[in-house]
Amino acid sequence: MPEMNLVQAINLALKQEMRRDEDVVLLGEDVGKVGGVFRVTQGLYDEFGEDRVLDTPLAETGIIGAAIGMALYGLRPVPEIQFADFIFPAFDQIVSEAAKFRYRSGGEYTVPMVIRSPVGGGIRGGHYHSQSPESLFIHTAGLTVVCPSNPYDAKGLLTSSIRTNDPVLFFEPKRVYRAVKMEVPEEEYTIPIGKAKVVREGEHVTCIAWGAMLFEALSSAQELEAKGVEVEVIDLRTLWPVDIETIVESVKRTGRVVVVHEAPKACGFGAELISLIMEKAFLHLEAPPVRVTGWDTPFPYTLENEYLPLQHRITPALLETAQY
Amino acid sequence: MQTTEQVVPIRTPEAALEGEIVRVINPDGSTREETDPKLPAEKVVALYRAMVRTRIIDEQLVKLQRQGRIGFHIGSLGEEACIIGSAAAMREDDWILPCYREFGALLLRGFPLQSYVDNMYGNCDDQVKGRQMPDHYTSRKDHFGSVSSPIGTQITQAVGLGWAARAKGKDEAVGVYFGEGATSSNDFHAGLNFGGVYKAPVVFLCRNNRWAISVPSERQTASRTFAEKAVAYGIRGVRCDGNDLLATYRTVRDAVERASRGEGPTLVEMLTYRLGGHSTSDDPRAYRVQDEVERWERTDPMIRTRRHLDQLGVWSDAQETQLRDETLAELRGCIQRAEAKDPPELDSIFDEVFEERPWHLEEQREQMLAGPRTIKHH
Repeated sequence: MPEMNLVQAINLALKQEMRRDEDVVLLGEDVGKVGGVFRVTQGLYDEFGEDRVLDTPLAETGIIGAAIGMALYGLRPVPEIQFADFIFPAFDQIVSEAAKFRYRSGGEYTVPMVIRSPVGGGIRGGHYHSQSPESLFIHTAGLTVVCPSNPYDAKGLLTSSIRTNDPVLFFEPKRVYRAVKMEVPEEEYTIPIGKAKVVREGEHVTCIAWGAMLFEALSSAQELEAKGVEVEVIDLRTLWPVDIETIVESVKRTGRVVVVHEAPKACGFGAELISLIMEKAFLHLEAPPVRVTGWDTPFPYTLENEYLPLQHRITPALLETAQY
Repeated sequence: MQTTEQVVPIRTPEAALEGEIVRVINPDGSTREETDPKLPAEKVVALYRAMVRTRIIDEQLVKLQRQGRIGFHIGSLGEEACIIGSAAAMREDDWILPCYREFGALLLRGFPLQSYVDNMYGNCDDQVKGRQMPDHYTSRKDHFGSVSSPIGTQITQAVGLGWAARAKGKDEAVGVYFGEGATSSNDFHAGLNFGGVYKAPVVFLCRNNRWAISVPSERQTASRTFAEKAVAYGIRGVRCDGNDLLATYRTVRDAVERASRGEGPTLVEMLTYRLGGHSTSDDPRAYRVQDEVERWERTDPMIRTRRHLDQLGVWSDAQETQLRDETLAELRGCIQRAEAKDPPELDSIFDEVFEERPWHLEEQREQMLAGPRTIKHH
């Protein structure tokens, strides 16, 4: 089985879906000839041509608006927003249009579209190349939000997303793009949307993470093993609709939970996760649920590692929660 | 800042008709040979009938709203010629993406009046299941889009839709409606730009009705015309007399044929006037002078089209009265039936958010069904 990084795995998923279904088209800024600024779509323009891989003018509302029109007609567009920080000009098209078409048209129109976009910090990107806007989209009814942490999951989840008949936001942790290599099957496979994965079992405390922060959580779990604390680490993979069963089952067993995310704390997805846990597992809790997140500030450049919820902040939070 | 003295002349019907503007029907009802689309008389009669129907339905729905029987109506009083003329110029398989003032175009496509009235009531037979305000209709089978309230969002979608049709080898153009206010929106810019770059088979149908709620058209742009904006996008821009049924038809049909031949999009500025308020929620007396409205009433498209029919000798007062009576009776029947219908099923709130209901909506559905009920629906 070949080893691939996240970029290669996503590229292969796109290629296979485009070969399988001629209705799959890519569009976005620089996705064509140059293969994207992160080279995720490299080689696809050469294989499929300019009618399947469209370099677009530099306007996110145009990219998403046009992609919605393609989807209304029956295509399966996969638009790329170059950085999630630049998604906001298209916010109206995503939340007012794509998310609501099926509902508002009584099921007559659907928008089978996957918006791919790199998220997260840790790449010296500063304020406008580092943010994690997932909860803005989770808050909008009608959107599915996916964020894989590794190449294997990314390939299977992207394939599933492209085959979904509703709009999906597919957030790619750019810090992981070339940092992780693992064995990825070359043949097609899918990973179901809405299923989390317990990536490390443990009985003392549950740690919920996704994207790049999963690796920080795993490092903390490893660190705490030496101190006799067994951490159960859940990789959400799909953020919304979230796999509540896996979370509740784990928290009921451990009685303790820490949620980790890069996005700011206030109204971050951790707030929703902890509310759900309180509703469904309150009487099993042995300690107050804890969030380890980005600060409620804009994303800083020089001090980004102080902003991010890295291992140095996750480990003490897990330890305190486990010992509470 | 513009003074009132500068503003008023621009707003008159006479000023609107300066410059290169496609016109067919003269004030006396005769036609100009060089622009006349030369439609068969029975076709012109059919379009006039559609205009009259649209006007009558409009007037009745306003009354219904005033009586508190429907919550809202947004109509096309004074804009019937440009809506019916342009919609009729689109071929059967062409797509229409509406703004929110084009119920006349929807009915012209064969959408049943009963279904339209059901949408006004948001009842159990409403195509969109009572999920949107009145006048937010959808009809995919008629190749007619879905109305949404945000301004201009349909413009970029039209480009993608047209691009997709061409990619699938289909000769289907897209006509996308918006008011002149929407030319200020992001999606107008992105849509015309994308449309030009991809040479998409799209006709951008700008109803310049002079008012975006209370803001006059000269406050939307410093451009001399809206059509000239096309120049910067490298596409064709034309103006037509939007109160002239045949001029609108001719202009849009030309644009559709160009789009179909692969010659790219056209921005059509249809010069018309919103004789009524923005919607039933608006009182235009607060921001415009009655004198202006009265001047435009003299160019009412109904009058001019009727004069043309008189010239052709194919229409009579008796036919007009009969059409009026028939339309009113049909509408009354639709309203009675719509009012007798139940609201949509309670748990339909949770349907079609996604293709399948995820756990959280299943949970909330059960919660709602087991929980307390409100007494009143619209």
